[in-house]
Amino acid sequence: LQARALTPQTAETDAIRFLVGTQSLKYDNQIHVIDFDDENNIINKNVLLHQVGEIWHISASPSDKGVLATCYNKRGLETDATCALHAIDRELILTLAVSSADSKVVTCAAVWRMPLELEPGGQDSPEDAASPAHALELLCHLEPAARGSTACVAWEPAGDGKRVISLADNHILLWDLQESSSQAMLASSASLEGKGQLKFTTGRWSPHHNCSQVATANDTAIRGWDTRTMSQIYCIESAHGQLVRDLDFNPNKQYYLASCGDDCKVKFWDTRNVAEPVKTLEEHSHWVWNVRYNHSHDQLVLTGSSDSRVILSNMVSISSEPFGHLVDDDDLSDQEERRLEEKSQEPPQDSVIATYEEHEDSVYAVDWSSADPWLFASLSYDGRLVINRVPRALKYHILL
Amino acid sequence: MAAAAAAPGPGSGPGDSPEGPEAEGPERRRKAHGMLKLYYGLSEGEAAGRPSGPDPLDPTDLNGAHFDPEVYLDKLRRECPLAQLMDSETDMVRQIRALDSDMQTLVYENYNKFISATDTIRKMKNDFRKMEDEMDRLATNMAVITDFSARISATLQDRHERITKLAGVHALLRKLQFLFELPSRLTKCVELGAYGQAVRYQGRARAVLQQYQHLPSFRAIQDDCQVITARLAQQLRQRFREGGSGAPEQAECVELLLALGEPAEELCEEFLAHARGRLEEELRSLEAELGPSPPAPDVLEFTDHGGSGFVGGLCQVAAAYQELFAAQGPAGADKLAAFARELGSRYFALVERRLAQEQGSGDNSLLVRALDRFHRRLRAPGALLAAAGLAEAATEIVERVARERLGHHLQGLQAAFLGSLTDVRQALAAPRIAGKEGPGLAELLANVASSILSHIKASLASVHLFTAKEVSFSNKPYFRGEFCSQGVRESLIVGFIRSMCQTAQSFCDSPGEKGGATPPALLLLLSRLCLDYETATISYILTLTDEQFLVQDQSPVTPVSTLCAEARETARRLLTHYVKVQGLVISQMLRKSVETRDWLSTLEPRNVRAVMKRVVEDTTAIDVQVGLLYEEGVRKAQSSDSSKRTFSVYSSSRQQGRYAPSYTPSAPMDTNLLSNIQKLFSERIDVFSPVEFNKVSVLTGIIKISLKTLLECVRLRTFGRFGLQQVQVDCHFLQLYLWRFVADEELVHLLLDEVVASAALRCPDPVPMEPSVVEVICERG
Repeated sequence: LQARALTPQTAETDAIRFLVGTQSLKYDNQIHVIDFDDENNIINKNVLLHQVGEIWHISASPSDKGVLATCYNKRGLETDATCALHAIDRELILTLAVSSADSKVVTCAAVWRMPLELEPGGQDSPEDAASPAHALELLCHLEPAARGSTACVAWEPAGDGKRVISLADNHILLWDLQESSSQAMLASSASLEGKGQLKFTTGRWSPHHNCSQVATANDTAIRGWDTRTMSQIYCIESAHGQLVRDLDFNPNKQYYLASCGDDCKVKFWDTRNVAEPVKTLEEHSHWVWNVRYNHSHDQLVLTGSSDSRVILSNMVSISSEPFGHLVDDDDLSDQEERRLEEKSQEPPQDSVIATYEEHEDSVYAVDWSSADPWLFASLSYDGRLVINRVPRALKYHILL
Repeated sequence: MAAAAAAPGPGSGPGDSPEGPEAEGPERRRKAHGMLKLYYGLSEGEAAGRPSGPDPLDPTDLNGAHFDPEVYLDKLRRECPLAQLMDSETDMVRQIRALDSDMQTLVYENYNKFISATDTIRKMKNDFRKMEDEMDRLATNMAVITDFSARISATLQDRHERITKLAGVHALLRKLQFLFELPSRLTKCVELGAYGQAVRYQGRARAVLQQYQHLPSFRAIQDDCQVITARLAQQLRQRFREGGSGAPEQAECVELLLALGEPAEELCEEFLAHARGRLEEELRSLEAELGPSPPAPDVLEFTDHGGSGFVGGLCQVAAAYQELFAAQGPAGADKLAAFARELGSRYFALVERRLAQEQGSGDNSLLVRALDRFHRRLRAPGALLAAAGLAEAATEIVERVARERLGHHLQGLQAAFLGSLTDVRQALAAPRIAGKEGPGLAELLANVASSILSHIKASLASVHLFTAKEVSFSNKPYFRGEFCSQGVRESLIVGFIRSMCQTAQSFCDSPGEKGGATPPALLLLLSRLCLDYETATISYILTLTDEQFLVQDQSPVTPVSTLCAEARETARRLLTHYVKVQGLVISQMLRKSVETRDWLSTLEPRNVRAVMKRVVEDTTAIDVQVGLLYEEGVRKAQSSDSSKRTFSVYSSSRQQGRYAPSYTPSAPMDTNLLSNIQKLFSERIDVFSPVEFNKVSVLTGIIKISLKTLLECVRLRTFGRFGLQQVQVDCHFLQLYLWRFVADEELVHLLLDEVVASAALRCPDPVPMEPSVVEVICERG
């Protein structure tokens, strides 16, 4: 099955678990919960049905394991554009799907809850029709006030899983999820005015500044928003030569932002100085669809591209400084370690660590595992999910 | 005797020949053997274990000093068979006979000579006896003469003494008279202005007066003289200070004053002060010439003027000074050197200012001539005043000017290059405005290349003047070595080529925002230009430079290959960028066309969409454009087949094969499997891969980019049945027209297949169109 959506289960810190949303027009779509057993190298799969439509984007709640949000694409004459909160048991996931109303395709988002009991061991193959597939429990739709297609949903990264951003056409919508996430209230919204049809393509929530910043991308520009006032705080015009496909914030350096786009480049920005990128990588030979910082070692940057490659780069030169900002006590020792490491490998050099070419088709999603910082998954259009580890040598090099 | 004489042939023959190689033998072996030899008291030959024949101690050696006939005979008898004995006997007898006859002839020949020699000796004995008698007589005569002469001188002694005394008195009287007359003479001389004469008199008298000043009469004279001399000095000083007269007169005055015993220190100060005054005047006039007004006289005239005025003056001063104050020793020389250095530096400053004015102008030959004259002029004082370092400073200035000149030329070249680029830009822009065919790309390329080459040649020629044989400074080591290799070759030529590459590369470095400003054709042209440079021009230019400047310097120079590699790299990047830009243009077109259309509600396709036609048109245009500059390149062999065959394969078997499973219920696996299997056998397509330097490769790159974009865009959309059919039609149309541009048409098939397959996947109701209908529509379009 075709698939584009991938997310780690953010709230899960013990098991290495990824959620994959499928994208098919002809069959019921599914969300696959994929467990990776690190010790035995075994992959377990659980299938959840997502009957409302094909999933374009998926993100898991950072606080509640069972809740996820999806952006999905729904066809049919009867439905308007909908956004929904789905839930699986205690796990919240946000998915984004595209739906069509009046034979128009509209993408909408919903929050879902995953079913309570995930059968241990799971099913061997999603194609096995006999396996009982659990349906997702719909928590709520995120209905855009104005008619529009939702492109992306994002949870507030550090909060209690109550706040969700969704991007619909040229609107940026902030939702408050009410009691047990069953209701979504539109808290605030802002819209982008401009010539022509402006559409947001993607957005990320910054983990810094008490989670008050969101960055979005439309066409070739990257914009930063303050969620308290819903006003634009910065704008990187023509950040890429062509469409910007994805963004990610450096988890340790509050002003640093990575972006990628159709010009095959990955750029690193300092949002205080938007005139010039801090660094530009040009390793891919086609559009770069995804860029992700490692959650705890921000020199590791993962990119996925439609040249079917996944590239893991080591951006030592712009990784977090010794004594970085917003460092917890826990992280402090980590930071010191890293500083020592930086000292020892002078001069620090940015380099491509590895290029993974297992995929046969375009890679639309890559992400790090939330439980194991050395593990990442990549998903290509033909539905193949590949889980890889950071090379051992490098891992020890960074740790020691 | 017989044995000793008989041996020469056989004896020495074998002895000599082994000696030869042994003499050349390594020294080491000889040393080692030396010890053994000492111990055994043996000759070298025996120690080395050679056959004993050549050894001089060998008693069997016929020619040896230690020859023992008994031993020899014994040996012969023992060792040789009878026949050989007989042979050696006859041989020896024959040799003995020959020796006997030789002896006889020698005796006969020399007998006559003995006799004549005896006669001569006898005659000589007689002659000597006669000569002895005459010598005796001569001796007695001499004795008599000596006696007489002694007597005469004794008688004359008295008178001679008296005469000497008288002469002495006379001289004394004459001197006294001169002294008495001195004051009046001096006054007369001073009145007449014959200062030289006066000073000479004074000099002659001074010592005497000094000696006899205790006598009152002399004292009076001395006083008189001193008064007069003071007056004389006064007058001389006066004249000296007036200064109007030329340097030689002044020098004369100073000389006289010196002779009068004036303090040299003070004089030389004054002298230098005067000289400074004059030279400063020269400098001022030069400065006035230099002036703020732009129409200064040309540089040649300026240096001429400076050379004759200032440098000439300086020369005179220096020469006079050295002549006059040679006695002053090193202190005086230092003073002069400091003087010259100071004035010289001011002069140099002026010259440099003038030359700086000249930097802007283009006339190199004039400049070189001016510099030559300047340098030549300064060699004279340079020789006089080595300490002042004038010649070095002058050389330095010349070098600096030369270096600046090189920089100027480099800038000129760069400007010319940029200028020609602007021309090309305009030429490229022009046809669009005028609506008619401008000059072809190839023509433009040729224009640019030739204009750059001619500029380079012109620069080389003008720079070459610096090293011309007749120019005085051309044989300085700087101009011999560094100027040629570092200056001309490295900084001018290599620097220019590098900067050209950089300029070209900057076109592709500029990101998307500015990229639009560069017309793609310019990129293409530059790329070709760089490639041409790589293949031929760079080595040509460098060879030309090396030949013209006879680069002798051993300092490391950039090899041709490095430059070529750089140029090639630039060419490659430019071409890749060209591909990207053109691919981007087409893919933007495709993307817009896919994104803006509502694919769910399209009508049944009747036509190929206009966008596709446009794409084909653009591709054809690019093909023509690239074809002007680049060769065809190789494509895979199968293309010789007509498009008919590929078309049928594509549309019927493959397409049917792919969509057939989608009708059956168990489809999803099969489609996946099928496409996966297909992918297994096809190579991975590198979309933005670097391109080769040929047309096919360039176009393949562009088409790859465009089609991949189409694929990605299609995957983001959802299609209705007719939407899918429209995509089918479009792809088939592209298929019909694009295959001929690419190296491997399989590639186009593959990409287009994937586009259609993706569209089918994105379609909830995939009903492909009949291939025949597709064909008809495409042919109609």
